[in-house]
Amino acid sequence: MTMPSTNRSTQRPPAFYWLAAAFALFVLFLYGPMLTIFVLSFQGPEGGLTFPMRGFSVHWFKQLWEGMGVVDIAAAFQRSLGLGIVVMLLTVLFSLGAGLAFRKRFKGSTLLFYTAVASLIMPSIVVSLGIGLQFRLIDTGIKTVLAAIGMQTLADSFGTAMGLYSSALGAHMSWTLPFGLLVMLAVFNRFNPAFEEAAADLGATPWQSFRHVVLPLIAPSLVGVGMFGFTLSWDEIARTSQAIGDVNTLPLELQGLTATVTTPAIYALGTVITVVSFAVMGATLALMKFLGRRKARASAA
Amino acid sequence: MPSRPPNQRSIAWLQATPFTLVFVLFLVLPLALVAAVSFWHATDYELMPAFSAQNYIDVFKGCGDFSGDLCVTLKTYLSTFKFCALVWAITLVIGFTLAYFLAFHVRSVGAQTFLFLLCTVPFWTSNVIRMISWLPLLGRNGVVNQALQGVGLIDTPIEWLLFSNFSVVLAFVHLYTMFMIVPIFNSMMRIDRSLIEAAADSGASGWQTVWNVVVPLSRTGIIIGSIFVVTIVMGDFVTIGVMGGQQIASVGKIIQVQTSYLQFPMAAANAVILLIITLMMIWGLTRVADIRKEL
Repeated sequence: MTMPSTNRSTQRPPAFYWLAAAFALFVLFLYGPMLTIFVLSFQGPEGGLTFPMRGFSVHWFKQLWEGMGVVDIAAAFQRSLGLGIVVMLLTVLFSLGAGLAFRKRFKGSTLLFYTAVASLIMPSIVVSLGIGLQFRLIDTGIKTVLAAIGMQTLADSFGTAMGLYSSALGAHMSWTLPFGLLVMLAVFNRFNPAFEEAAADLGATPWQSFRHVVLPLIAPSLVGVGMFGFTLSWDEIARTSQAIGDVNTLPLELQGLTATVTTPAIYALGTVITVVSFAVMGATLALMKFLGRRKARASAA
Repeated sequence: MPSRPPNQRSIAWLQATPFTLVFVLFLVLPLALVAAVSFWHATDYELMPAFSAQNYIDVFKGCGDFSGDLCVTLKTYLSTFKFCALVWAITLVIGFTLAYFLAFHVRSVGAQTFLFLLCTVPFWTSNVIRMISWLPLLGRNGVVNQALQGVGLIDTPIEWLLFSNFSVVLAFVHLYTMFMIVPIFNSMMRIDRSLIEAAADSGASGWQTVWNVVVPLSRTGIIIGSIFVVTIVMGDFVTIGVMGGQQIASVGKIIQVQTSYLQFPMAAANAVILLIITLMMIWGLTRVADIRKEL
């Protein structure tokens, strides 16, 4: 078998070819099914859920946009997009704050770190149940208070505090922030404090040194954290499932549709959702590259 | 070390506050509530604070009777453990093999990065879509059955390809092998290459080097990957639901169903038990290696 030899011969050991073949098979296994539904979403109007393709059309995308039964896909799409963007911004902001704080080793930082890691590996259904319960009790509390201060009609008409930007937002943040923190810790582990010291020696205030020295250096990583935030939120199901109010996010609608929809429209929906994910990833990579290049140019100058 | 002004610590606190608040409000408090509510009573429309072990007794109803069939709870846990063990073993073997290839056989850093990204990109796309993408392949008239019938290997379509234990395990492996590849690859990249050469120079065969040098030194990554896979499978209800055609039981699914029927105290009791068992499994795994080294 093998040697990761960089010297000696350039000849590959036989194991290389076996492993390369295994790797290629795995990539096929990863992407093959995805490609299948991508192709099948362009199924002709007469076509079904499986091959053969009966023509080639965007029929199912049109149908998707007109709505699938009782489910308003376009509205769910907008809701998930809005939530994803808010989660993305807050994840970047909160992770950055925590990352900066962890550089100074404050009291309780170990506990906070382990809490974040615990959130990462906690079975999502348990967290979701907890958040659901929490908001149910909050609802009861609000109604009791409203009734007690004599606003009975308001109490009766009050639905729930659970919703996209309360319980669901919190559930998503409990899932995205641990990833954000891990990235920030990795970034600051490799961060050279000499830059800041130089800035301070030149008379920069802490804010100036952060704004003009630290921030440009870590900007590409922050973009990465933002992508983590958006894509994780965009596809989240398990944590949101018990902690969502009257309206569902797009992945929750999709999960519900898997049981009822029997047309390629569901593949079209899958294609649309995946295209958004890939667009976000592509934009992230481009932005990271751009910021990285600017950084390189700045340090060369 | 530069000297720090005295307000440094309060600044750090301030910076960490939003982050901390999220976990207090949306992790610690909810979990405390789950623990508390697991001792409560409930009627059809109301939760009543109490301190009673009745929910736990109900969860294990009939479990003391070993003469007949197993009780529902034990049966469900056994089935979940079975999935857990299968998925863990398969993802470990595949994950280790691929990480080994990436870390030790791919020579250029560019190719390494590209192939690594290739493995991780699907993780950033929707799990449910990755599940339903198996439908046209595994269904009664799916690609696999058509192909097998086409070459005359089978006469009638194979039924167990979809909505079965098989498709559940397949989907788990498809979705979560990434959780093994990334940490194991990470560990492998830190292995001093001269150790491998030393092993070869001392006459170790390829297998011996892998087993006696690479495996022990990537132990931390293996454990981290295992923790991810084990906790995901233990608490899963989405994959088992979709790929099992809503017919296969799992612990997560019990909790989900009970919640949807508003049986919160029962769901909470089940959640507490699931949490305890999962934590015990994680604790057992961390005995094998000190994962803090890696963090």
